[in-house]
Amino acid sequence: MELGPHAIFIVAAYGAAAVVVASLIAWVVLDFRAQKRMLGDLEAHGVTRRSADIKEPA
Amino acid sequence: MALVDLANPTRFLNFTERALPWLTAATVFAFAVGIGQALFVAPDDYQQGATVKIMFIHVPSAWLGMFCWSLMSVAALGTLVWRHPLADVAAKTAAPIGAAFTFLCLFTGSMWGRPMWGTYWQWDARLTSVLVMFIMYLGLIALWRSVEEPTRAGRAAAILTLVGAINLPIIKFSVDWWNTLHQPASVFRLGGPTIHPSILAPLFAMAIAFTLLFTTLHLAAMRNEILRRRVRSMLLLRARTQESRAGG
Repeated sequence: MELGPHAIFIVAAYGAAAVVVASLIAWVVLDFRAQKRMLGDLEAHGVTRRSADIKEPA
Repeated sequence: MALVDLANPTRFLNFTERALPWLTAATVFAFAVGIGQALFVAPDDYQQGATVKIMFIHVPSAWLGMFCWSLMSVAALGTLVWRHPLADVAAKTAAPIGAAFTFLCLFTGSMWGRPMWGTYWQWDARLTSVLVMFIMYLGLIALWRSVEEPTRAGRAAAILTLVGAINLPIIKFSVDWWNTLHQPASVFRLGGPTIHPSILAPLFAMAIAFTLLFTTLHLAAMRNEILRRRVRSMLLLRARTQESRAGG
């Protein structure tokens, strides 16, 4: 693959695309883990969405 | 499953659980094909040389930046008119993705412009109207973050989204209405594309890959937002219960 005299601009464009896409994927994956962890913690403490009955932590 | 069933957040979560692995696999496959075509198969352009490869990222990013705002506008109608339970979830989660693709469009355009036009930036109508869309994306994200109650934030953001939709035809037709440095439409135009098939095919392959990526990210982000709202309602419920116990 020969990129010619403007290779630096092509590499910068593809590099930026890789960084932006990787950041979006990381945002979605890390956010999912954080929400699942918080839901798990709340459920472990007996909090449910429709129930007003909250158990005291052991 | 009927499409209307997905209006129920629990059914939507079940749907995303089943759909996301397939969408992820399809996105990876589409990018493998698209990048292979773009970097190793597509010939250099007779005028642009190898810098035409930047177009395989720039053009799909531009399409997705505009498509995302169009999707948010439909969702905004869903919020304001039909009060659809997932409408503002869809709009809120689309905004950061749309902003990212619009940024990519501006950056890659700049990387192409320096060697081809002799400048990174020109205040012409197309470039400026896309920059306005990027700033409006940032404004929407700031609005969502500044209002804590999601329903109130959703209505305010829906109004701003519909106002911003006025910019979409300005972006599309700016190259026809004004004398711009940016070239006129060369793919979706009356009379057919003006691009040679050897370059058009990789461009469409990358457009499909980017669209699949957008769909996957958006569905995953919507799932996260539904979970976030569940966490929020559970925290509120716990606070209320503890308050009533303390008071009683």
